[in-house]
Amino acid sequence: MNPYELTIGQARAELDGGNISSRELTESCLARIKKVDGDIHSFIRVTEDEALEQADAADKQIAAGKAEPLCGIPLSMKDLLCTRGITTTCGSKILENFVPPYDATVVEKLKSQGAVILGKVAMDEFAMGSTSENCAFDVPENPWKSGYVAGGSSGGSATSVAGMECLGSLGSDTGGSIRQPASLCGVVGIKPTYGRVSRYGLVAFASSLDQIGPLTRDVTDSAMMMNGIAGYDKRDSTSVKEDLPDFTAALTQGMQGLKVGIPREYFGEGLDPEVVQVVKNGVQILKDAGAEIVDVSLPHTEYCVAVYYLIAPAEASSNLARYDGVVYGYRDQDAESLVDMYRETRSHGFGDEVKRRILIGTYALSSGYYDAYYKKASQVRTLILNDFQKAYESCDLLISPVTPTPAWRRGVHADDPLALYLSDILTISANLAGIPGMSVPGGFSSDGLPIGIQLQGSHFREDILFRAAYNLELGTKLANKCPDMG
Amino acid sequence: MKITREEVEHVAGLSKLNLSEKELTSMTEQLDTILSYVSKLDELDTTKVAPTTHAFSLSNAFREDEVQESLPRDEALANGPKVNKEAFVVPKII
Repeated sequence: MNPYELTIGQARAELDGGNISSRELTESCLARIKKVDGDIHSFIRVTEDEALEQADAADKQIAAGKAEPLCGIPLSMKDLLCTRGITTTCGSKILENFVPPYDATVVEKLKSQGAVILGKVAMDEFAMGSTSENCAFDVPENPWKSGYVAGGSSGGSATSVAGMECLGSLGSDTGGSIRQPASLCGVVGIKPTYGRVSRYGLVAFASSLDQIGPLTRDVTDSAMMMNGIAGYDKRDSTSVKEDLPDFTAALTQGMQGLKVGIPREYFGEGLDPEVVQVVKNGVQILKDAGAEIVDVSLPHTEYCVAVYYLIAPAEASSNLARYDGVVYGYRDQDAESLVDMYRETRSHGFGDEVKRRILIGTYALSSGYYDAYYKKASQVRTLILNDFQKAYESCDLLISPVTPTPAWRRGVHADDPLALYLSDILTISANLAGIPGMSVPGGFSSDGLPIGIQLQGSHFREDILFRAAYNLELGTKLANKCPDMG
Repeated sequence: MKITREEVEHVAGLSKLNLSEKELTSMTEQLDTILSYVSKLDELDTTKVAPTTHAFSLSNAFREDEVQESLPRDEALANGPKVNKEAFVVPKII
């Protein structure tokens, strides 16, 4: 077995047992990147020198018996997490040369625990997209099938984990951007409760929806990474002072006493029958493990896409006003007046999808339309939140598909943004309600493409998701299942 | 039509974006499709529903007003597309 094939949990045991060094593990991942990244394009930037330095430092900590659980583990970071001294592009031409003067809180935490950062991975520009095709640089490709999308926006995170270029990755999820690529690439991805993980140093898209979370090759690794990044941070005023459980302790608690709800609106028309079959199989696994299965309703599900595509662009239009060519990022040097400089910089620096969302958001917030669009969407958001609160009166978690279909061919939705938006219908509600959601590998389509199962819980009950996810993984036997890429 | 070409042009101005004639045409079509879709929210009566702007209603996060270290000026200026030793330089305003 090559070192890069190890899960984080397995690597921990090998590192602590002295069977392998972090340098060997890191070099193994770097060699793997050199071998496969020309095909799957996960990385925007590989930070080889820094990674090897961090690996050597980790080996010293391990030798001194001071290794924390993620010490010496090679990881990748979505390229919207600020890394001190390392270019952070957000997948955009406008930030092509931006070198942050500080680390995001999650990066700082991982570094202080001795983790090794291999580099920055591809994403849709400003996390706006569902396929990573809106990346201004190379577009990642699904490691399971050439020519198929990786999903998005955390596409590079998913492909780097599924392609075994790293042992885990951090992504971000505003409307499904961790869970959807995790599902399409056959890895585990969790979007924690809003406020559970600090957003300090995460380049903002839609601030009331964004949340950072891990993508990994099994459920245990996901819990280990959550232990490493969760917690209140005074630098993010929306992070929440809640008790932090040891998420790994939840894994083996079984399903006895848990009620699993099946939200009937998540099984509407347009679902691929193979996706339905995979989820049904997952329900059976949880039932066999001792869970009680109940039918629940989330009646406002059909409105979530409309709510999201008003609220997220509205917040984005405000957040992205800062890219004006003055203090960082790209500037159009030819403009003669200040206003022309703003306009030329933004027009050349942003891609089409980002412009589209800035326009929608600006329109929805503009005088005369605010009540009809932004306020209306915020009111329906309340109804969606209420739906979940009511559902959790009769169950502990929800099980559903993550996406209506497995991965599709690249380029399919190029001229039809709405069709692509609608594919987010099963993941968006969790962001609107701030609840945790997770994608766990469930099976494969007849074409050999991965299909994930979504678990959603109530606020701050990621532990229940980990319990169920671990049981699912035992049943599907898909832990650390990766494509054979030669 | 939910949105006209003139309105898209106006919003682009507010957003400090220049759109070519071709972009203006395709953006108007796409925005019209999207806004027609989101009008399905009008099916719901929300007159008595309070809006949600955050999933949790946190109260203000205050801290003591203490002097803290801030980013050194050279680091703050390091990413500037055009700078002199103490400031960001932009085209003449007045």
